[in-house]
Amino acid sequence: MTVDMDLTYLDCSQQQGVLTVCFTHYQKRNALTNDCLEELANVLDWAEGEAKIGVVVITGGERCFAAGADLNELASQRAIDTWMNARPRLWQRLSDFNKPLLAAVNGYALGAGLELVLLCDVVVAGEKTVFGLPEITLGLIPGAGGTQRLSRTVGKSLANQMVLTGESISASRAQQAGLVSEIVVDALTLERCQKIASKIAQRAPLAVRAAKQALQQVPNTTLEQGLKQERQLFSLLAASQDRQEGIDAFFNKRSPIYQGK
Amino acid sequence: MEDSIHYSVEAGVALFTLNRPEQLNSFNPQMHQALMGFLKQAEKDESVRALVITGAGRAFCAGQDLNDRNISADQSMPDLGESIERFYNPLINKIAQMNKPIIAAVNGVAAGAGANLALACDLVIAGQSASFIQAFCKLGLVPDSGGTWTLPRLAGTARAKGLALLGEKLPAEQAQQWGMIWQCVDDDSLMPAAMELAQRLATQPTVGLGYIKQAINSSINNTLGEQLNLERDLQRLAGRTEDYREGVAAFFDKRQPEFKGK
Repeated sequence: MTVDMDLTYLDCSQQQGVLTVCFTHYQKRNALTNDCLEELANVLDWAEGEAKIGVVVITGGERCFAAGADLNELASQRAIDTWMNARPRLWQRLSDFNKPLLAAVNGYALGAGLELVLLCDVVVAGEKTVFGLPEITLGLIPGAGGTQRLSRTVGKSLANQMVLTGESISASRAQQAGLVSEIVVDALTLERCQKIASKIAQRAPLAVRAAKQALQQVPNTTLEQGLKQERQLFSLLAASQDRQEGIDAFFNKRSPIYQGK
Repeated sequence: MEDSIHYSVEAGVALFTLNRPEQLNSFNPQMHQALMGFLKQAEKDESVRALVITGAGRAFCAGQDLNDRNISADQSMPDLGESIERFYNPLINKIAQMNKPIIAAVNGVAAGAGANLALACDLVIAGQSASFIQAFCKLGLVPDSGGTWTLPRLAGTARAKGLALLGEKLPAEQAQQWGMIWQCVDDDSLMPAAMELAQRLATQPTVGLGYIKQAINSSINNTLGEQLNLERDLQRLAGRTEDYREGVAAFFDKRQPEFKGK
């Protein structure tokens, strides 16, 4: 099974429950134009409806994740164009994706590239990866969650420094700060990320979905509210067949076979 | 503008000659830019499988050209950190990260940043009359270009402190006795020996050699556990090279392997 869409900016491949989406316009350093973001949003919408896809991995290949938005596109927009721009809706569609979204990042993840990374649930990075929000050096600020998600992810002081100076950080600094979960040798970034993805894809789909929902609300809610919602989702899963299967398989020392029910 | 670096490629070996012999091959911004440019070229050039750095004339490299550093009392305080950030640090990083082996053929005095440039290379081979001098302390400065990092690892803390605090000349022969360099040879046989070493390396499995270099360079910052994981990852990659297949095949066929560096 493959994605039945004409794709210009992306290359999709599927292995078991994992869909890997790779940016293909390396000449433009995988710039995140509106068209490219729309294509990505369409692919995720499609993946959401495919029961066989459990997890999506986004990557830019071995040399560059995405080095920002397209400056030509930005430069051509005046105030009204910017106000009417479809871009915020596109970002919203990406963040609404309800299956786990993983990023395998090498090389540059700058500007919109880092904003996309921040939107992902798990981030695996190559040793030489560089993360940054250089918008300020162009007289702009991040416009797709950069200031908000970065601050919530790496803490106030580092986020402020990065946003205000426009200077980037290394992979190891990003890992210390909690932006990245694992660092590997560049050539193995995608492979390692796919391994993590395939592990998630083997878990009970409803539980994964509930867990993502519970985790995703963390920055938007109080602890009290969050605990309530967690409990609700926890109870909801009690009604699933997969929960029975999981516990039964554990006691009988066998691998569970989940149905997503 | 003078031609401050000579660069040539032959039989898989890129030869860099620091070429400001009148100034003992000391660094100025032009030489930095030329050297970095050629290093990047050698890195990208698939035909290059080993690098050799040496100096023209009687010195290897005398470090920073102090003619650019004359500070009189009426001038504002200099920012030496800026030139380190712009030139010396990227140079040492580039040598450490280069995925091909680099030989320093030290033909004469290697002082200050020049000494640390030589010691940053993967294999250091020196002529008998060559020497290494951590001259920084005589000017009130700190060894840069990785000196304070490299010296204790090559020579041990006690000798590193002696070298850095006293700034005395360390003859090549003693550097070899201390295990700081690979080899000390007669002055006349320095370049033939260095080129022979480089040509031998240029027929080896280059990708694998790059991984070895990466692993050993990383070992210093890693715990045993982290290093074991790195070995696993690099071995995984090395096992997928054509050269590994060729190496195993040649072993079973009882013949000499022909490595392509891929």
